[in-house]
Amino acid sequence: MKRIISVLMENEAGALSRVVGLFSQRGYNIDTLTVAPTDDETLSRLTLTTGGDDRMIEQIVKQLHKLIDTVKVIELSEGAHIERELMIVKIKASTSDMRAELKRCSDIFRGHIIDVTAATYTIQLVGDSDKLDAFIGALVDVGTMEVVRSGVVGISRGDKFLHV
Amino acid sequence: MELLSGGDIIVRALRDAGVNFVWGYPGGAALHIYDAIFRQDDVHHLLVRHEQAAVHAADGFSRATGQVGTALVTSGPGATNAITGIATAYMDSIPLVVISGQVPLTKIGQDAFQETDMVGVSRPIVKHSFLVTRAEDIAATIAKAYYIASTGRPGPVVVDIPKDVTDPNYKVAYQFPDKVVMRSYQPSSRGHKGQIKRAAKVLLDAKRPVIYAGGGVIIDNASEHLRELVRLLNYPVTNTLMGLGAYPGSDSLFVGMLGMHGTYEANAAMHDADVIFAVGARFDDRVTNDLEKFCPRATIIHIDVDPTSVSKNIEAHIPIVGTCSAVLREMVSIIKQAPQSPDSVAIDAWWTQINQWRAEHGIYTQTRYEPSAGNLIKPQDVIKMLYEVTEGKAYVTSDVGQHQMFAAQYYLFDQPRQWINSGGLGTMGFGLPAAMGVQLAFPDAHVACVTGEGSIQMCIQELSTCTQHQLPIKIINLNNAALGMVRQWQDMNYSSRYAESLYEDSLPDFVALAEAYGHVGMRIEHIDELAPKMRECFALKDRVVFMDICVDRAEHVYPMQVPGGSMRELWLNKSEKTQ
Repeated sequence: MKRIISVLMENEAGALSRVVGLFSQRGYNIDTLTVAPTDDETLSRLTLTTGGDDRMIEQIVKQLHKLIDTVKVIELSEGAHIERELMIVKIKASTSDMRAELKRCSDIFRGHIIDVTAATYTIQLVGDSDKLDAFIGALVDVGTMEVVRSGVVGISRGDKFLHV
Repeated sequence: MELLSGGDIIVRALRDAGVNFVWGYPGGAALHIYDAIFRQDDVHHLLVRHEQAAVHAADGFSRATGQVGTALVTSGPGATNAITGIATAYMDSIPLVVISGQVPLTKIGQDAFQETDMVGVSRPIVKHSFLVTRAEDIAATIAKAYYIASTGRPGPVVVDIPKDVTDPNYKVAYQFPDKVVMRSYQPSSRGHKGQIKRAAKVLLDAKRPVIYAGGGVIIDNASEHLRELVRLLNYPVTNTLMGLGAYPGSDSLFVGMLGMHGTYEANAAMHDADVIFAVGARFDDRVTNDLEKFCPRATIIHIDVDPTSVSKNIEAHIPIVGTCSAVLREMVSIIKQAPQSPDSVAIDAWWTQINQWRAEHGIYTQTRYEPSAGNLIKPQDVIKMLYEVTEGKAYVTSDVGQHQMFAAQYYLFDQPRQWINSGGLGTMGFGLPAAMGVQLAFPDAHVACVTGEGSIQMCIQELSTCTQHQLPIKIINLNNAALGMVRQWQDMNYSSRYAESLYEDSLPDFVALAEAYGHVGMRIEHIDELAPKMRECFALKDRVVFMDICVDRAEHVYPMQVPGGSMRELWLNKSEKTQ
């Protein structure tokens, strides 16, 4: 099962390598990872998705917390939460039939065509990971040229928030 | 406010962090720091012969005193040579600060001469690390380094300092922080009161309890609290390899070390226990044997300062995250006030059972190996003699292998910090430099390094360091002319095919070698020489003595857990296994 873990860290050089190193060192997998400074520029927010049973996730959360640069860790997927991922797809669109079909498909998934050439469309899509997977699935017959995904970011639903 | 250069700030900050001794080795990137050391008298530097030894010596000093050990090395090879020492300290949770010189900031990333990414290389084996990029940050960083190293679950901290940050011509105001506050690191923990109460109840209800105490008790100076708890309860106690001395080895409630080479009674008691009270121990694989078969009937109470240690290998029924001293103190006070006392009938029956195990296969109730005779000296007898001659009061450091296990089994440590060995990483070459650190801390104490001809050769160059700094350690070399533990495994698992565990005729004349360094060498080949020579050795107070003792090459360490078995499945000797 996919688990989403959010970490608030000191925005220090090397902090990210400690997180990544921890995962390889302890034999855990990272499926997606995103990191950027927060509104408070001394802090970075890191979101990662991983798999594993409850005991493994508990260890991962504890190990992340043990890193000296870590300020807060939560498993987002433990409670109600919102997750989003951004995807940009470049796809062949050289005939008017193809272009019409792609436009329809993009609209259905609430995507945006953000670049156009005579032979290609570039489509941007935002949603949870399953939605992005479904869009890729819908394009199987057309064949994508390039897919780039941001990895998951997420936030708790309701009044709960992650802070120092 | 005083203006100082980066180099001077480092040394001043070390002084203000309470550091008296630094073990190290100079080199290009560290020369500004070395020059600063030269120009003051507060911080004493001890020159070693290899950076690995600098870290081990700082480590030995720390284990014996409880203070943070300090090492100073240069960039590149100096830093990488320190790595084994840092990993050793990390595995055993020893507080160290290792300062490494680095190439100038302007050269980082250019594959400069003697450049190594020390923060990167050391990352998996440090509690934390810093790369200092401004002279203004040095004092605060060093203060943080000592704070992080010594609090919570202790460990080594690396501070990597580029050469231009220590530039003697760039001076900044020096101020050492009074207090370190970090929003991301707040380690103090007293343990959850409710959990401690629950644990106390379970402990008092126990019919077949075992107290399983590890190195955390020693590191946290909690031995007195442990002893008080045991006195109240009258329960059996076992110590891990790292925990030896936490509870007195010569006490009747002590059932010996547990685990792979632990006693039968300790391992059997663990296996049959209904309550295991684990404190400052981490259920590592050299203790538990097969996790699936581990202590099938036990309720497990686990006290550890590090939450990641709890329920990592073995699920704890009552986890308590807190320092050993705080939790044990609270536990003692709860038990003193409890209306209930231990179930004396059940506990008496439990002791009867344990005493029966002791009588059946215990190594302290009867000698379980063929005794020494003539030129066949048994390594166990050497340790027993060492115990006798030093009256059980020596600091004993060891390397890794059979000699380490014999020392752990046959030298009964009554005090914490008396037994100093590389338990987690299992670093050959640790014993001699660690002994230097201990001797520096306690100049008048007997410090014995129990080693073998394999391990001692991994850091033997430090015999020269002992000469320079007058560190009169005693080396007890159990020389069986083979990598004994490797050979034992080859006997047991590889039909005695001794792949690269023998030296043929290549071993040095250790007596001549010791003398070449200006020390006293002794060679002992007959059991009758052992006692007088050992006495002579320890009577030579001011000299390093290298006792090269020829021991039986065929001897194995027993008991030994059967791989893949439960804790109590043990080889008792070469032909006999427990049922």
